[in-house]
Amino acid sequence: MELYGVKVPKSAALLVWIALWEFVGRFELLLLFPPFSEVVMALPEVIGTPSFLEAARITLLSYLGGLGLAVVVGIALGLLMGLVRRADQILNMWVNIFLSAPLSALVPVIMILFGMGMPTVIATVFMFAVWIIALDTRAGVVHTSQSLLEMGTSFGASRTQQLKLILLSALPEILAGIRLGVVRGVKGVVIGQLLVSIIGVGALFSLYSQNFLMAHFWALILILFAFALGLAELINRLEERVEYYAGNRA
Amino acid sequence: MTMTHPIPDPEDAAPVASAIIEVEGIHKIYNGAVTALENIHLEFNRGELTSLLGPSGCGKTTLLKILAGLLKPTSGEVRVNGKPVTGPGPERAFVFQDFALMPWATVLRNASYGLELQGVGKREREDRARHYVAEVGLAGFEDKYPHELSGGMRQRVGLARALAVNADVLMMDEPFSAVDEQTRRKFQEDLIRLREIEQKTFILVTHSIEEAVYLSDRIVLLSPRPGRVSQIVTPNIDRHGDPEAIRRNPEYLDLIDDIWAGLRDYVE
Ligand SMILES: Nc1ncnc2c1ncn2[C@@H]1O[C@H](COP(=O)(O)OP(=O)(O)O)[C@@H](O)[C@H]1O
Ligand SMILES: [Mg+2]
Repeated sequence: MELYGVKVPKSAALLVWIALWEFVGRFELLLLFPPFSEVVMALPEVIGTPSFLEAARITLLSYLGGLGLAVVVGIALGLLMGLVRRADQILNMWVNIFLSAPLSALVPVIMILFGMGMPTVIATVFMFAVWIIALDTRAGVVHTSQSLLEMGTSFGASRTQQLKLILLSALPEILAGIRLGVVRGVKGVVIGQLLVSIIGVGALFSLYSQNFLMAHFWALILILFAFALGLAELINRLEERVEYYAGNRA
Repeated sequence: MTMTHPIPDPEDAAPVASAIIEVEGIHKIYNGAVTALENIHLEFNRGELTSLLGPSGCGKTTLLKILAGLLKPTSGEVRVNGKPVTGPGPERAFVFQDFALMPWATVLRNASYGLELQGVGKREREDRARHYVAEVGLAGFEDKYPHELSGGMRQRVGLARALAVNADVLMMDEPFSAVDEQTRRKFQEDLIRLREIEQKTFILVTHSIEEAVYLSDRIVLLSPRPGRVSQIVTPNIDRHGDPEAIRRNPEYLDLIDDIWAGLRDYVE
């Protein structure tokens, strides 16, 4: 980012926003916006409570459950679409519809199917994360170099060994899909729990807002953001290690 | 490449002109519309280097892939060592025009991939691959990745991989077309030397007349649309001694002119 010809690091923008938040918060105009410093002060208090730990446990469990399922199903679905034309013709449209559909509107339907507990949250995370993983995997599979596959055939590769070639050469795209899925999954876990609102962070959110603990409310949002960005960064690191060959496929 | 081995005396070589690959009446029609090959009858002799030469689009790659078992002919039969070809086999190894290396694997792992697929143990296949990596002049690069190598070096890895499986026939589809001129010349000279150590049958696809004459015992000229055998030339060039000298050899130069005169009609 450049400002009046001076290079400014990206994080500077964040600082500006925080300052603005602090400034607006000080006026005590809106009950909804306590100053940023107050939110930060509330952080240890939020993290220290047993209800937070319980919420974190449930959130993490349903998040990892939903994401794990989405990774497995997404990669399998993407492979199927990339390898079998007929399957692609049938599935491609639906996957794209689900990818861009307003999924939050679907959560009530999921709730009817799975009840008011963790399964609904897991299903929501799954629905948010799986489609992008499937589509990116498909893209990676479709772009597998034809001559690499011919090479495998000519040296006598079995079906499984061919599949391994395909998976490894699609790995950069698969990882890109998982990174997007990780972020979408966090959206899913929050939205799912908010709507269910009697478990996990959803319960905390409703507890804080009902008692006008706005600093706590925002502190919880900060924690969730940090969690999502931290995870995405982790996948990013992993991607960088494989990326060198993404551009190197003939 | 290290090539200090004595040149085998032609007298004690195997009986001349025993065919290792026989091609009988091959037709190849793509999608029921494009006739790529028409009525190809050919024999490839054991221990010889045969070039398939012709302008772009005349069906060279198609023919080579049919010989390799990577493509099925529309009709006709290919026999290797007398047995009909139904697919790829361990007695044939392919060197790809675009190298076809695994970008996630090291030079050594790429070179030993054919052996890995054959189920050879890790220790043995790495030893054998190491030997051939050195033979193609890449000693010291075993742990590098393809993206760290130049085009010429990548093709050497492809060659090492094909050599490592110890096939009788090495098939190369324009192996030098993706590398620069100096690298190509060096590669051609190295191939002549390599043939002195590796007693193999080579089939080389090329669109370069110079390259075909420089390297081949036999040149099969293909005519385009549909691809047919138009002529077979057997250059009788002495390739012992200085590989540079061949390029100034009058026989070599005359033959290039002759072939060019014959091919001219096809290339507008
Ligand atoms: N998969 C394919 N489908 C349809 N036509 C093809 C296919 N592959 C090659 N051809 C056609 O067959 C002819 C011979 O192609 P090819 O064997 O690649 O020629 P060369 O290697 O001599 O350049 C060309 O006219 C080409 O367009
Ligand atoms: Mg070709």
